[in-house]
Amino acid sequence: MAKLTFKTDKCKGCGLCVDVCPKKVLALATEKINIKGHHPVEAVNESECIGCAFCATMCPDCIIKVER
Amino acid sequence: MVVFDKPHALSDMPMHYCPGCTHGIIHRLVAEAIDELGIEGRTIGIAPVGCSVMAYDYFNCDMIEAAHGRAPAVATGVKRALPDSIVFTYQGDGDLASIGTAETVHSAARNENITIIFVNNAIYGMTGGQMAPTTLPGQVTQTSPYGRDTNHCGFPVRVCEMLSTLDGPEYLERVAVNNVKNIKNAKKAIKKAFQNQVEGKGFSLVEVISSCPTNWGMTPQKALKWIDDNMIPYYPLGVYKDRSAKEAE
Amino acid sequence: MADKVLMKGNEAIAEAAIIAGCRHYFGYPITPQTEVAAYMAKRMPKIGGCFLQAESEIAAINMVYGVASTGHRVMTSSSSPGISLKGEGLSYLAGADLPALVVNVQRGGPGLGGIQPSQSDYFQATKGAAHGDFHMLVLAPSSVQEMADLTVKGFELADKYRMTSMILADGTMGQMMEPVSLDYKIAPPPEKPWATTGTKLEREHNIVNSLFLVPEKLEEENFKRYEKYKYIEDNETMYEEYMMDDAEICLVAFGIAARVAKNAISEARKAGIKAGLIRPITLWPFPKAVIKAASQKVKAIISVELSMGQMIEDVCLASEGRVPVTLCNRAGGMIPSPKQVLQAIIDANNGGVK
Repeated sequence: MAKLTFKTDKCKGCGLCVDVCPKKVLALATEKINIKGHHPVEAVNESECIGCAFCATMCPDCIIKVER
Repeated sequence: MVVFDKPHALSDMPMHYCPGCTHGIIHRLVAEAIDELGIEGRTIGIAPVGCSVMAYDYFNCDMIEAAHGRAPAVATGVKRALPDSIVFTYQGDGDLASIGTAETVHSAARNENITIIFVNNAIYGMTGGQMAPTTLPGQVTQTSPYGRDTNHCGFPVRVCEMLSTLDGPEYLERVAVNNVKNIKNAKKAIKKAFQNQVEGKGFSLVEVISSCPTNWGMTPQKALKWIDDNMIPYYPLGVYKDRSAKEAE
Repeated sequence: MADKVLMKGNEAIAEAAIIAGCRHYFGYPITPQTEVAAYMAKRMPKIGGCFLQAESEIAAINMVYGVASTGHRVMTSSSSPGISLKGEGLSYLAGADLPALVVNVQRGGPGLGGIQPSQSDYFQATKGAAHGDFHMLVLAPSSVQEMADLTVKGFELADKYRMTSMILADGTMGQMMEPVSLDYKIAPPPEKPWATTGTKLEREHNIVNSLFLVPEKLEEENFKRYEKYKYIEDNETMYEEYMMDDAEICLVAFGIAARVAKNAISEARKAGIKAGLIRPITLWPFPKAVIKAASQKVKAIISVELSMGQMIEDVCLASEGRVPVTLCNRAGGMIPSPKQVLQAIIDANNGGVK
C-alpha cells in the first residue's frame, strides 16, 4: 500500500487527479470546503493505491506527495 | 520511499492559476529539471506578461519580470553578463508569438544559449480570453466572437515550424501536458532544453500545448480532451530541430 | 597634466563608458550616434566585453534591463526616434529600480524628422519618457570633454541611486571633434545585494520586478521613489554660471545652445549689455534655485533652445513670473546663430521692444 499526503489548502478541486487514478482511490470531498473555497481532493480508498503517482503527475498545483 | 513530491526549485507559494490550468504542471516540470540538473543556485528565470506574469513568485531561483514579449532580450542580457548562469524564459503565446515575435526570432537566430519554455494555449488568458496568434481557425474567443475568420485576421503561427527554418537554434520540440504520457515526454524535452544550455549547445525552445479551461469555457477534463481533438492536430507534437542529434547521425 | 586626445563626441562617450567599467553595450544603428556602436563593436571584443547589435531599439533596451538586473554596468545609445522606442524599457528600468546609462544624441523631429542636431527631446527626457511616475537623471554635455565626463558621472549616479542616467546630447555634440582628457579615477561600484546573480542556494531568491498589484504597495513604491528624487534634487543638481555676477539679462541654455549663447554674451558685453548665462548640466534635476535667484536680480531671462520651446516652461516655473522670459530658438535641425541670440539679448534689454 502506498501513502498519499495532500496539501489540502492548496487544492483547487479541479479533479484531474480523480479522473486519472487507475484505482479510483481519490474523490473530491463534496462535504468539505478548504481555505480557498474549493472541495478538496481526499483519498477515499487509500488501501487500493499502488503509488503510480499519476495523480501527482496531473496535479497542476503540486499538492500531492506519494510514498511507497 | 518518496515516489513523488514537490521539487525544491518550486516555491511553496500557492499559484494563482485557475483550477485545472496546466501552467502549474509546466512550472513543476521546469522545477524538476532544475532540481535534477542541480542548477538552481545558478539559474535565473525570466517571467513574461500574461497569465504566468507572477511566475517569479513560484520558483526559488532568482527571477526577473520582463516587459511583454521582451523576455528573450532580457535573457540575452543576463546570459551575456553571466555566461555561467542558466537562464530560462517562461512565456505564453501572446507574449512569445505576437508582441515578442522579433525577440523570439532573433534570439533563436543568434543561437543565444538560453532555454525558452513556450506555453501555447491558443488564447490570451490573463486579459480574459482574447484571440491569440495561436488561436485556431474558427475558435471562438472574446475578440473572435464568431470564430477566428482566417480571411479577416489570418492564420495561427506555428512557432516550432517557423523557427526550424533558421540555422540558429539548437533544439525545438513541441510537447503537450494533457495526459500522463505526454507529461512524461514534456518533462524529457524540458530537461533536455536545460541540459543543452548546461552543455553550451545553444538556443533550446520547448513549446508546450497547454489548456485554458476558464477561457475555453470548458471543464478541466474537457479542456484536456480538446487538446487531443483540436490543438494537437493543428500543432503536431515532436522534435522540429535537434542539431546535435542530427550531427551525431 | 594628462594627455589629451582628439575625439568625436560619440567616441568620447564610448571610451569613457569603457573606462567607467561598462562591458556591455547593446544598440541599433541610427544617425547621428552610430559612432558609439561602431566604437564599441571594435573595442569590446578586445577587452572581454560584449557589443551586440540588437534587432530593435526595444530589444536593445531590454538587453540593458537584463544586464542591469545582474548588477553589471551597461549602456545603450540611440537618437530621438530610437529613444521613443526605448520608452517602454525606460519605464520598466525605473519601475524595477535598475541602474543603466542611456545616451540620446538628439535629432530633429517629430516623426522621422531629420538627422541634424536638435534639443526637442527635452520634454521626453525630463518629463515623459514613458508611462508612469518616474524620472531619469538627465545630463546635458556642452563639450566633447563633458560627453566623456558626464558618461562617467552618469554611471556613478545610476549605481548610487539605482536609476537610469540619460546623456542628452545632440547631433553637433556627437559629431564634433575636440581634445579630451580621459584621466579618471573610477571608484568601485557599490555592492548590489538586490541583483539577480543566482542564489547559489545561499540566500532567498532575488526578484527584479515592477509589478505591484496591491495599490497600497504600488503607491508606497512610488512615494519611496519620489523621496529619493527629492534627495537627488537637493544634492545632485549641476549647472554652470557664466558672467552672472553682474548680469542684467540672463540666458538659460544647455548643450550646443549654451556655446552659441556664450558667443552672443561676449558680443553683448562689447555693446555694453550685461548679459550672463546659466547653463543647466543636469536637466533633471533642473537647477531651479539658481534660476529663481537670478530672476530676483536680472531684468529679463531668455531661454535659448534648439526646439520650439520646451525648457522655457521650467525656466518660467523657476522664475515664478518675476521677469519676462522669452524664447530664442531654431528647430528642425537648425541652430540659432550668435547674431540671432545677440538680437534677442538686445530686444530683452530694451524691454522686449524690437
